[in-house]
Amino acid sequence: MTNPIIELRQVEYQISTISSAPILAGVSLRVNRGETIALLGRSGSGKTTLLKLINGLRRATSGSVLVQKRDVLDWNITELRRGVGYVIQEIGLFPHLTVRENVCLVPQLEHWPADRISSRYVEVLQAVGLSPSVYSHRYPRELSGGQRQRVGVARALAADPEILLMDEPFGALDPVSRAEIQREFLALNGKMSKTVVFVTHDVREALLLGTRVVLLDSGRVIAEATPHEFVRLAHPVAREFLAAAELTTGAQA
Amino acid sequence: MNAWQFMTSHRVEILAATREHLVLVLISMVIAAAIGVPLGLTIVGRPRLRAGALAVASVLQTIPSLALFGFLIPLPFIGGIGAHTAIVALVLYALLPILRNTYVGLSSVDPAILEAAEGMGMSEQQILFRVRLPLASSVIMAGIRTAAVITIGVATIAAAIGAGGLGTFIFRGVAMVSDAVILAGAIPAAILALLADFLLGLLERRLRVT
Repeated sequence: MTNPIIELRQVEYQISTISSAPILAGVSLRVNRGETIALLGRSGSGKTTLLKLINGLRRATSGSVLVQKRDVLDWNITELRRGVGYVIQEIGLFPHLTVRENVCLVPQLEHWPADRISSRYVEVLQAVGLSPSVYSHRYPRELSGGQRQRVGVARALAADPEILLMDEPFGALDPVSRAEIQREFLALNGKMSKTVVFVTHDVREALLLGTRVVLLDSGRVIAEATPHEFVRLAHPVAREFLAAAELTTGAQA
Repeated sequence: MNAWQFMTSHRVEILAATREHLVLVLISMVIAAAIGVPLGLTIVGRPRLRAGALAVASVLQTIPSLALFGFLIPLPFIGGIGAHTAIVALVLYALLPILRNTYVGLSSVDPAILEAAEGMGMSEQQILFRVRLPLASSVIMAGIRTAAVITIGVATIAAAIGAGGLGTFIFRGVAMVSDAVILAGAIPAAILALLADFLLGLLERRLRVT
């Protein structure tokens, strides 16, 4: 049996004990090294909360979350987060910092030597398809949505984390830029072989980028499948997603 | 004698009074900012302290300025006749806009940005100084700007307790029932206020991050 790098055991998450419906209920999930997990679900299905449990932005009400076999409650939270890249929709870039300052922030906080930071900056910016010198002094407001997204990915990769968490990373983009950046992400992921967990409500994106798709509905995991298996799932929620994206062919056997 | 004649014939005295006024305001503003901004940083994460500090600053602001100067005179150390008492009063007046804007600026940073910072493994201190403070700087500057304009006006009353400044002409003019003498103090004070508003406004815009 393979060793999971991230493991959720019977996780419950509830905002208060008074409100009846939990955000997450009885969620168990094992993520193996090198996998790319797509957390697919509608708004309010709990997928973003699940992601935030992994880097300790949310604490499980019960159950446990393990990263590198250690409970997140036992981790030094700063150490955990610095080792886990985090990409959120474009808003997450710091508006008062240049592209370079944004990207180099975590290595700086980790007290890397200056020359190592410089070379890492060049490396990650090239990896996301941006010219390091052109963008170095630009501010996020001077970038297009797609460029901001790339910088966001570069920033998450900067400190070379083993795990990458992405919350609808390409959600705010137009379809053309989105397709382009998805292709690049596939190529990049092939090279860097990170463990990636990403949240999406787009079934096409989940099938394209994920090595495994985890379907969430009302705080529960209702299906886990490879993209290949996913299109044949009979679960009604899975069917709804596929039907909405007109991907139902080959399903009715 | 009209105001213009009076001002040209007393230009040396007016200039000296303007300089005095400016020094009074500058010292008060530096002290108020040195107290208000760090205090704002301290209260942002402490709701109870915040309510208390903002309430005290608000109450101070409601005390009529002439009365505040009067109250301070009999106090030991900080009171008495002269510029230092005036500075204490001016600092107390300038505190509220600076404190309030510092707090508002720090607490109105987009929560998504703060969560990104937290998710990147920045400590609370690092988030405060590297994210919140720079993003709040233009709002803080707006508070300093408001405080400066208020202080320039209130400082004219400081002449009543012997602190000098442009208020000297105003009080003298009132006693002499002479508009010309009053204007000799009021016009330079108004110009100072407009200038401060304009220059600090420029600074505020430069600090703004969009």
